[in-house]
Amino acid sequence: MSRPGFVLEVDERTPALLMHQGEGFRLEKLPLGSRVVYPPESLPGLRDVDARIREALLNPLGSEPLPDLLHAGMRLTIVFDDLSIPLPQMRTPDVRQRIIEQVLEMAAAAGVDDVELIAGNALHRRMTPAELKRTVGERVFRSFFPHHLRNHDAEDRANLVEVGHTKHGEVVEINKRAATSDLIVYVNVTLTAMSGGPKSVSVGLASYRSLKHHHNVHTLRHSRSFNDPPNSAMHHSYHRMAGVLDEHVKIFQIETSLNNDTFPTQLGFLNKREWEWTLKDQAAYLAVKRANDLTPAKQRRQIWHRTAAPYGITSVTAGDPGAVHEVTLQHVLRQQLTEVNGPSDIGIWGLPYICPYNVNSIMNPILMMSLGLGYFFNLYRGQPLVRPGGVAIYYHPVSNEFHPVHHPSYIDFYEEVLAETTDPVAIEAKYEEQFATDPWYTHLYRNSYAYHGVHPLYMWYWGAHALEHLGQVIVVGGDRRTCERMGFRAATTLNDALEMAREKVGGSPTITYQHTPPLVMADVR
Amino acid sequence: MIITLEYYRSMTRYVAGRGVTSTRVGGRAAGVFAANLSPLRLINRPDPDRPGHGWTRVRPLLSGICGSDLGLLTGRNSPYLSALVSMPFTPGHEVVGETLDELDGLPKGSRVVMDPVLGCEPRGVRACPSCAIDEHSRCDHITAGIVSPGMQTGYCAGTGGGWSRMLVAHGSQLHRVPDSLDNEQAVLVEPLACAIHSVRRVPIPRGASVVVVGAGTVGLLTVLALRECTEAGPIYVIAKHGHQRERARELGATEVLSANRAARALRRATGGFLAHPERGEEFLLGGVDMAFECTGGSGLDTALRLTRAGGTVLLSGMPNGSVDLTPVWFRELNLVGAYASGGRDFPHALELAAQAPLKGYVDAVYPLSRWRDAIGHAAAAGRLGTVKVVFDPTRD
Repeated sequence: MSRPGFVLEVDERTPALLMHQGEGFRLEKLPLGSRVVYPPESLPGLRDVDARIREALLNPLGSEPLPDLLHAGMRLTIVFDDLSIPLPQMRTPDVRQRIIEQVLEMAAAAGVDDVELIAGNALHRRMTPAELKRTVGERVFRSFFPHHLRNHDAEDRANLVEVGHTKHGEVVEINKRAATSDLIVYVNVTLTAMSGGPKSVSVGLASYRSLKHHHNVHTLRHSRSFNDPPNSAMHHSYHRMAGVLDEHVKIFQIETSLNNDTFPTQLGFLNKREWEWTLKDQAAYLAVKRANDLTPAKQRRQIWHRTAAPYGITSVTAGDPGAVHEVTLQHVLRQQLTEVNGPSDIGIWGLPYICPYNVNSIMNPILMMSLGLGYFFNLYRGQPLVRPGGVAIYYHPVSNEFHPVHHPSYIDFYEEVLAETTDPVAIEAKYEEQFATDPWYTHLYRNSYAYHGVHPLYMWYWGAHALEHLGQVIVVGGDRRTCERMGFRAATTLNDALEMAREKVGGSPTITYQHTPPLVMADVR
Repeated sequence: MIITLEYYRSMTRYVAGRGVTSTRVGGRAAGVFAANLSPLRLINRPDPDRPGHGWTRVRPLLSGICGSDLGLLTGRNSPYLSALVSMPFTPGHEVVGETLDELDGLPKGSRVVMDPVLGCEPRGVRACPSCAIDEHSRCDHITAGIVSPGMQTGYCAGTGGGWSRMLVAHGSQLHRVPDSLDNEQAVLVEPLACAIHSVRRVPIPRGASVVVVGAGTVGLLTVLALRECTEAGPIYVIAKHGHQRERARELGATEVLSANRAARALRRATGGFLAHPERGEEFLLGGVDMAFECTGGSGLDTALRLTRAGGTVLLSGMPNGSVDLTPVWFRELNLVGAYASGGRDFPHALELAAQAPLKGYVDAVYPLSRWRDAIGHAAAAGRLGTVKVVFDPTRD
């Protein structure tokens, strides 16, 4: 039986606590009385994943069994989540591979010949052939790549189709192949409560024209949080779009959820609560930290990105997207939700080396903002972990470093836009159209491995709710000039950061450290 | 007898200066090496003789140190120019001074600025085709006539130069300075005339996008000339230092960029694609309509990479380095030179200098005796927050 999540109050006996800090980590002593929010212990994974997949496909929720939906002469499109989840990448075989293989076996048995596989990468960068192979497995890759296994192209006008409009006037435009298929099978990994369900097809296969209805500052400021779908304007929009899609195309959704085995055995101490570290864990911490600090930066990054997570699969559910997602969310929350009694003056987060948009890449300053003020700040239900006007303290180096191939428009966004303003509303009004329609960015998105031109703006919007809510953002260990460019303050130590925070929260602030990863979502009462 | 700085022939010093300043470390400390290794010396010599009728002695009040002077002292200027000078000579061609002799229409004691080009008229020879149409900066006779060879005063043994207490100048070279213009403004008239000349070298269509590479004196004055004398559209300036950025904006730059982000920023501003060669700097497929190279060499490569196909790159600074000309061929660029100034440029520069916000551009004034300090300062002017370093030969 896994132990539930809990909130620790730091006292004299509390050891120094682990804090992620980019491609490194450290132990940090928190002030007495600080609260630390830990996730529930990792849930046991399914013993026989393949059997569970088969069972889910044959006994779906709100739908006929998958074999009954398959017949000769039909057009079948299998769509799968791209490399942005899970984080870190899971050990192979990827659960998407396991599911796709079974779906293909059933399709073959039913005599379905017209099958296409599409990565639902929306405006994310295309997956490389190696990344596709890792996700769908050698056998599927060899059988379908490149003609029948591809990335979605949100700028290929000839292969997009407008499915309809929601009652709010939102355009629903998705991949033409999928929209004109007899059946879409969507293969999902739900890492956080934000993902999956109505988001899968309406976002993963959409165009900028469609995405801009929910990926905007207004919607994100009214998504409190975007990991709490009932209270998320973004999810309300997804639901409206999913409703339009339901009228036009049959979707069979297969969702999976993961446990919190985020780091492999050699980094097992990262999965554990610090006071429960054995002598071996302590030795491992010292050895890994030392080796990590001494490794040249380039190699260190490669090692981190090659380190796959030994996740256990906690659920596989198939059928009608709405019905499936309800079950999946329960599994996700069971693994991640921890109850917290009220917000505090200061929230602390250690930001790791990875976010959804720098897999095999560089965590640039914009992505640091998106991870910290977007993803981690929004890991709450009820109310934010920090009170309005409070202070967020992050740990990250915030190096002024960008991947030139993956993030070309990010470089210009940082150099040009943030030099002028950090206000998401002003940025949206003045720059969104420019970045979204820039022919060079479009060319690189379609033909190279670049994120779409508008993506850095979306990342900035991702933090719009936090920017509005917080009184100050301080980054411990952050590059001073880079932080300044983004409107943050840099501190050398936690004590310095707390000293800086005084002007906003006074001399005796309440402090909460959201100890993640492994992921924990605060249910703030 | 006068005190003068004299550039003399010394192959050893020339080679040493060129060798040292061409290295990375030497380049950074070019001022120190230029001041100590260059074949320049402070001497006493007899007053210069007037070569003929129409010449006057001039007492320099201020004399600027130009980028081409620094190129000379560091040995970086092209050997091409060695045929166009006569040794030993006194450098200094940006001069505001006082006439010591009576000339027709120019009474003794007049405050003047000097167009340094020694064309056919000062040389007393029949006008060459260029001088005949008032384009004396293209004179073919600069090695002939009654004064020794030299493309300008400041490179000519017979005339002396501004880095001294006296030089001689022909009346056709001199322009009276109105009382409204102080000496600090007046000493900028010569480089301003060059800037005006450069923006007049080619037609600049209304609304054309322009990048000015470099924001030293030449670059800043080019921005001013572009704004005042043309209908150019957005003017982008590539500047290294904070004070240059501020001044460029004050003179009308649309946006000021650092060199390392110029390509990306101009791609955003003008459209097009950014290309990354396997070696060398990135370049634009697209870019600005026109580029003005105002660094004296190092910026030419940048200018060529930022200009659109069929666009124009104008060389304002004296070029002193090798550059990959592939973009000129591949993008079918027009590479245009702009040397010194022409007939209308000086009067126009005098007018403009009186109106333009050039106060504070001359903020480092040295006596000749501190020539090493002055040259060191000039070589590091941008870094030290200075635009123009000048000598005041009247000071001890």
